[in-house]
Amino acid sequence: MDFELTEEQRMIQETARDFADRELMPIAEQVDETREAPLEKVKQLAELGFLGMLVPEEYGGTGLDDVCYVLAMEEIARGCASTCVIMDVNNSLVCEPLRMFANEEQKQRILAPLARGERLGAYCLTEPDAGSDAGSIKTRAVLDGDDYVLNGTKIFVTNGGFANDFLVFANSDPEKGSRGISAFIVPEDSGVKRGTREKTLGIRGSTTYEIIFEDVRVPRENLIGEPGKGFKIAMEALDSGRIGIAAQAIGIARAAFLRAVEHAKTRQQFGRPIGSFQAIQWKLADMATKIEAAHMLTMRAAVLRQTGGDYVTASAMAKLYASRIAVEVADEAIQVHGGYGYTQEYHVERHFRDAKITELYEGTSEVQRLIIARRLMRD
Amino acid sequence: MEFALTEEQEMIAQGIREFAQGEIAPRAQEMDAAAEIPGEVLDQMRELGLFGAQIPEAYGGLGLDTVTYAAIIEELSRACAGVAILLSVHASVAAYPLMIHGSEEQRASFLPRLAAGEIGAFCLSEPGSGSDAASLKTSARREGDSYVLNGQKVFVSSGSLASLYLVLARSDPDADPPHRGISAFLVERSTPGLSLGRKEDKMGLRADDTMELFLEDCRVPEAQRLGEEGAGFKIAMQSLDNGRIGVGAQAVGIAQAAFEEGRRYAREREQFGRPLIHFQAIQNKLADMATQIEAARMLVRQAAFLKDRQRPFTKEAAMAKLFASEMATRVTHQALQIHGGYGYMKEYAVERYYRDARVTEIYEGTSEMQRLVIARQLLRDD
Repeated sequence: MDFELTEEQRMIQETARDFADRELMPIAEQVDETREAPLEKVKQLAELGFLGMLVPEEYGGTGLDDVCYVLAMEEIARGCASTCVIMDVNNSLVCEPLRMFANEEQKQRILAPLARGERLGAYCLTEPDAGSDAGSIKTRAVLDGDDYVLNGTKIFVTNGGFANDFLVFANSDPEKGSRGISAFIVPEDSGVKRGTREKTLGIRGSTTYEIIFEDVRVPRENLIGEPGKGFKIAMEALDSGRIGIAAQAIGIARAAFLRAVEHAKTRQQFGRPIGSFQAIQWKLADMATKIEAAHMLTMRAAVLRQTGGDYVTASAMAKLYASRIAVEVADEAIQVHGGYGYTQEYHVERHFRDAKITELYEGTSEVQRLIIARRLMRD
Repeated sequence: MEFALTEEQEMIAQGIREFAQGEIAPRAQEMDAAAEIPGEVLDQMRELGLFGAQIPEAYGGLGLDTVTYAAIIEELSRACAGVAILLSVHASVAAYPLMIHGSEEQRASFLPRLAAGEIGAFCLSEPGSGSDAASLKTSARREGDSYVLNGQKVFVSSGSLASLYLVLARSDPDADPPHRGISAFLVERSTPGLSLGRKEDKMGLRADDTMELFLEDCRVPEAQRLGEEGAGFKIAMQSLDNGRIGVGAQAVGIAQAAFEEGRRYAREREQFGRPLIHFQAIQNKLADMATQIEAARMLVRQAAFLKDRQRPFTKEAAMAKLFASEMATRVTHQALQIHGGYGYMKEYAVERYYRDARVTEIYEGTSEMQRLVIARQLLRDD
């Protein structure tokens, strides 16, 4: 039993912390206001090896462990939640499933450029009629000669505005229901159409798009894993992505919390810093405790994953709890700021808006509870 | 980074689990009703060396680390929280301050007795001072080479079972600030002038007795003053940091027991044609309970780990105690709810868990005090 970070983990944390402070904090407000994806920062993340953190070096990645990933994500999210989600999708939802399920040739051809950040990925699962009920997706993949032909519409595709490679889940054998779903890598130059861009409450720099497939041809070589194994691939990607989102939630919460502490120290009312009032002290103590609890759960999930343990329930717990407290902490951070908390200039309102998505994507909190309960019912 | 117990730690925890489930759990309801721990239970704990869990081997103890100790408290708490608190107070706020602040003579004299199973108790609170511990009134008047203690202590856990009492008293009424006038004393049960008063009739943790204690011209030799004159308050506060880990572990254990009962009941009880556990409303409760218990367990473990590495752990211990205790109230509440009407009946263990959990938000520093401690650290850290 050991709560110490290794030298490598500490170094990654410091690198990410430093990058967040220097490069992301100063631009986060602007990214939110202009809704422009911070692609120059994403490129810098690539140079740090942060877009393929879990991918072995032989496939273009940095070959780090899940704890390093969590630590980095917490810091990047603290700097800019939009940048963090771009990083999460590339790492957890695209590179990880490729690392786990792609063949050797695909790893060299497809995974490596994504891991290096030369190309950016997006994950296409959700459809207008299929969110939590992901098994009921209707996008079709029909084998025609050496190609699959894809038809359908995906929504809520994060990174949709600039991704080069789309990991798309389509049903190649509808009679089998969710067991007929297959996974494909679809390069953007295959005729993929970008539909409407969502205007979201938060993570406004992440470009969330509708992606339309009209007779899009994908070579068989881009089928990932076996036909019919797509749903399993999708779910395993999400099992891993959950840990990243938990880390993102913690980063957002910390950003809000640190601003609240600072404000409590400096803002004076009734002749003293508001931090000298118990009502404020109580809020800060609760915020810090919740963040610490969320961090513990998330690190535990990361450790279980990297040591080959059963991390599925642990990651669901981490995501469920971290996302809830992120919303609560950000809400309280606004409260600590009083009226100023409602203004853009003080940033906490952005943290509040950014936090909410963590209870929704990569599996709603309701789905997390289902996953946890399923495990509890088995024990 | 590794959150799981080592193989050795797991083995010890497993051993205590078997003992607790086999010997203590079946008697828990009876101990709660009678408000008493039978002598045989205490003897079995002595045989296992539990009273010397954290005491170094050189003094007859097991010399276990804090992480293992927390796991032991958790396992005992799952079976009977009253038994667990007896051990926790003995180990954390009686034996521990003696280990850290005792002179070599004091350690050699008292630690082996505590390790062998003489029970230690902690006397800080008074009718007029709880959270405001520094305002305590029990006096310790210096007379030659002893101190004469006069005053009243309340809420002394295991008061009637203890042989040795760690008593905080004011040796310097003029000290400024006042807490610098408090000293710590090791007082034997048999000392003339020490008497036990009323046994409290409590909502929960009923197996362990909670006593009033009177000191009337109770003479204590200087050799039994623990630490320097005026260092008593600091000793008490440091001990409470440690005690917090125990209470956190206790809260986790109570919650774990309640959760398991809730799950068991939900699997067996059918309504509307199926087991309760098939309803999402119940699944959601169980999922939230399990998540919160796990988070609390990790917070307790982190505090224990930091203490074992001799790193500052005040904030982490306060967070662990705060979170775990409030979590235990929530979880036992939901576990009772899952049982429906049967949850309200003494026939089912869950109402006892609910009653037992409540005090964890109060003793060894109320949740309000924990928040003060945490906030002080947060507003200081730069």
